[in-house]
Amino acid sequence: MTQGSDPLRVAIVGAGPSGQYAAVELLQRCHHAEVDLFDRTPTIGGLVRYGVSPDHAARRKVSDVSERMALSSGRFRFHGNVEIGTDLTHSQLSEHFHAVIYASGASSDRRLEIPGEDLPGCHAATAFVGWYNGHPDHADQSFNLDCERAVVIGNGNVALDVARMLLLSPEQLAKSDMADHAIEALRESRVREVVVLGRRGPAQAAFTAPELLELGQLSGVDVSVEGAAISDAPSSLRERLIQELQESPDTGQERRLVLRFLCSPLEISGNGKVERVRVAHNQLIADSTGTLRAQADGESSAIDCGLLFRSIGYRALPLPGLPFDEQRAVLPNAGGRVQTEAQQMLTGTYVTGWLKRGPSGVIGSNKQCARETVSALLEDWQQGRLTTPLGDLRELLQSSVPSAIDYAAWKRIDRSERQLGRDANRPRVKFTTRPSLLSAASR
Amino acid sequence: MAYVIIGTCINDSACVEVCPVDCIHPRPDEQGYASADMLWVDPEVCIDCNACAEACPIDAVMPAHKLPPELSRYEQINADFARESRS
Repeated sequence: MTQGSDPLRVAIVGAGPSGQYAAVELLQRCHHAEVDLFDRTPTIGGLVRYGVSPDHAARRKVSDVSERMALSSGRFRFHGNVEIGTDLTHSQLSEHFHAVIYASGASSDRRLEIPGEDLPGCHAATAFVGWYNGHPDHADQSFNLDCERAVVIGNGNVALDVARMLLLSPEQLAKSDMADHAIEALRESRVREVVVLGRRGPAQAAFTAPELLELGQLSGVDVSVEGAAISDAPSSLRERLIQELQESPDTGQERRLVLRFLCSPLEISGNGKVERVRVAHNQLIADSTGTLRAQADGESSAIDCGLLFRSIGYRALPLPGLPFDEQRAVLPNAGGRVQTEAQQMLTGTYVTGWLKRGPSGVIGSNKQCARETVSALLEDWQQGRLTTPLGDLRELLQSSVPSAIDYAAWKRIDRSERQLGRDANRPRVKFTTRPSLLSAASR
Repeated sequence: MAYVIIGTCINDSACVEVCPVDCIHPRPDEQGYASADMLWVDPEVCIDCNACAEACPIDAVMPAHKLPPELSRYEQINADFARESRS
């Protein structure tokens, strides 16, 4: 490195997969790099902890591996329970580091923009996911599980996660790392049917093949497919698997999952709460580019339900003091270098993950994304474009964010949760509120 | 016998980086990586060296003979992906 043996000091905002991949990439590629990783929760993992569903807990191990890789550098620190933009401003952070990488993802979601969306019983799938995974922001939420049918709008893997969590047996949930409050609530659930709605057909659905394969293996659940014409020649594994589900016999199970294609929600209605959703029936029409688009065919019908989730995509929120592309809901950037709307580079400010490219891809997609951002950062460092930091971060944290916790404190949370899990024959038992997390952190 | 990638795969690609015979696809620099449901091992090229299994952060690669029954179908799925990519 051209900067002699001076350390390259980098702050990364967000301890989810994109922030972790960026930390590891930076620490491995530049031996002068020192990384301070921030998260607004007291935990490391982001959506690996709070998004990945409890029956897929094997995937959570990726976070442990990244943590170990970062830690083994000896140049890694964690600051949990610190929200950038609130507890510390972007400029405060910038002054204390050569560079700041934003990796805070997409914590909000896209709305349906149809009448009745604000009725009690209609929720963002992301809120339900946060709730059953024990995210402290969602611990107090409640969902009407005193109904027979729930509807999930959207054709991505999150829609299937929500459907599975509503349909798995209490025994299956009880041995997972699902939040205790969710296990208790779902034990009393009367929901026996979940209808997952897609506005286009099976060939356009975004469900990945492994998730579809798993649906056919769910115990105690019959899966059926409605509204889709069986194709004579399925062109992909995904389509073949949906066809298999369509052809699978009904075995008289108590619980039922319906994948219903070619319909769009028009209106949610009910007397003071969600009671039904009216849907338009669609046909597929090729546009001028050949893309098949959903077009209402004039027919419509109603589906009775007491609970409805929208699951049509995550959406990032603007960060205080930073530009934002409202259209794409990303931090405007060129290859990871943050720039203003006028395409002026913001020196020393970078972005990676969903906040950089929008909510697409799977966990590992963020590795390549982080690689590009870190390459840009290291090039700027080598070219002497970064500003030397001023001030002592420790002093700033002590004076501005006394409630911040360090890596050792996070490990105390992690170890306590795993110990409680071992005692209960579960992967872990999560602390689900800020006070309980912080109390475990200080023990 | 070859190694098989199972459905928990998160496309981390640590396996791709260590594979000595380049039998795991799509590589991040290949077309199709961005939209791939999962990565797969080409059973006709795999030499059973176990490097991928050691590199995978979430244990999503294993020898075909170790697949539990509910995952046995992934042997065919890996082979199908490999065949389709050759055609």
